[in-house]
Amino acid sequence: MIWLTDPFTEFVFMQRALLGCIAISLGATPVGLFLMLRRMSLTGDAMAHAILPGAAVGFLISGLSLGAMTIGGIVAGLLVAVLTGLVARATALREDASMAAFYLISLALGVLLVSLRGSNVDLMHVLFGTVLALNDDALILLCFITTGTLVTLALIFRPLVLECADPRFLRSVSGWSGPVHFLFLALVVVNLVAGFQALGTLMAVGIMILPAAAARFWSESIGGMLLAAAVTAIVASFIGLLASYHAGLPSGPAIILCAGLIYLVSLGFGPVGSLAARHWPRPHLSA
Amino acid sequence: MALRLHDLTLGYDRHPAVHHLDLDLRRGSLTAVVGPNGAGKSTLLKGLIGELPPLEGRIDRTTARIAYLPQLSEVDRSFPLSVQAFVAMGLWHRTGAFGGLSSPDLARVAEALAAVGLTGFDRRPIGALSGGQVQRVMFARLLLQDADLILLDEPFTAIDSRTARELLLLVKRWHGEGRTVIAVLHDMETVRQHFPDTLLMAREKVAHGPTAQVLTAENLFRARQMTEAFDDTAPVCARGAA
Repeated sequence: MIWLTDPFTEFVFMQRALLGCIAISLGATPVGLFLMLRRMSLTGDAMAHAILPGAAVGFLISGLSLGAMTIGGIVAGLLVAVLTGLVARATALREDASMAAFYLISLALGVLLVSLRGSNVDLMHVLFGTVLALNDDALILLCFITTGTLVTLALIFRPLVLECADPRFLRSVSGWSGPVHFLFLALVVVNLVAGFQALGTLMAVGIMILPAAAARFWSESIGGMLLAAAVTAIVASFIGLLASYHAGLPSGPAIILCAGLIYLVSLGFGPVGSLAARHWPRPHLSA
Repeated sequence: MALRLHDLTLGYDRHPAVHHLDLDLRRGSLTAVVGPNGAGKSTLLKGLIGELPPLEGRIDRTTARIAYLPQLSEVDRSFPLSVQAFVAMGLWHRTGAFGGLSSPDLARVAEALAAVGLTGFDRRPIGALSGGQVQRVMFARLLLQDADLILLDEPFTAIDSRTARELLLLVKRWHGEGRTVIAVLHDMETVRQHFPDTLLMAREKVAHGPTAQVLTAENLFRARQMTEAFDDTAPVCARGAA
């Protein structure tokens, strides 16, 4: 069993990678779960693309600097979120179309900026992340973002649930509907930026959505799903890092593929609404 | 007076759906709103709750708290919520966004569920309810909202007669408690038997007052004469300029 623990006891970079992934898992999975419950799973993907030009501007100004790329990414993501919301409320265009338009513009701008100066290696860093090279600053940032996310979610939990389940009722009893929607999008952006430090812009959304989708097959309550999603993400991080260590695979995709594997197993055999549960239903009750 | 509308016009894209409506509603009155499809009944309620800003005129409301049961609810029933958690949202005025649910609050939720005949449904997910049960759950939430002014948009449509009868009893209980209730209805029998006041409208007010005096053959005939279509070439309404 030594191959399970050895990489983490022997190499500090593996410890850092695991810590970083656990932090991301704890923050990103509840956000992903609410994205899924609001039928906005693909919004995460769109926002992940939207943060690229911000990160690229940060990269152009100060090279592979964590701070600059983080701030750039957050600014670009929030800008796209706000513009999307404004256009959806002020014009006839619906939110999905408005978001698609802005993220595509943003993505093209980002690719343009990165290729203006960066070499291909730099582009690969931005796209695929560097989980095995997380320094102290990056780890502190990740833990900070996770803590902030969990505290914010705990605070806005009731309005957020209500905004998902019955938005019209929320609008009739309070003015929270708009603020909670925007706060939630901000959490999506911040967690994607956290994820892209480690997993890259393309993979960050994976640790958000795949565990949430898997969790749907394990519980019928929000609490149970939150737990299942976090456990899925952490287990996937652990196995993914091990696989990347032993087999020499790129770590980001290895982690996301593990999460994907857990999703596929859940889809097939989870206790709630999975293929197995639908195909071999338990005997029905008398009343 | 619980509610006073002054020359209220509500509509969509400049077309009036409720046109120059003047109306006074006594505190504690129980009023049915009737009229043909497209008469502006649902639009009126949306205006009263503040979802639709007036194109013209004014709404004066002296009631503090208002509760609204929309015709087409936006409830996402696939969302993983228990009946108890869903009904407890009616306590928003006590808990706000951040406050916890105390044990008296949970007792209130249980009481409301008992009042709509859903004792024992606390843990049931909202996705597992039938149409009639959903309407009962909506009424339980309305009960907890403890509102002075209650707006119901076709509350008894598409539910069986027994459920309708039981929910109607709740409406009468609210009336007995001195709350002001406005309900959009289509079943004239229900209106005649249970609603003291009626507003008959067809985009404009046709008649308002005691039900027996409003629901006359002549008034109903006038209401049916309303043209439903919006006219894109209609001139700007001259009454507003006055």
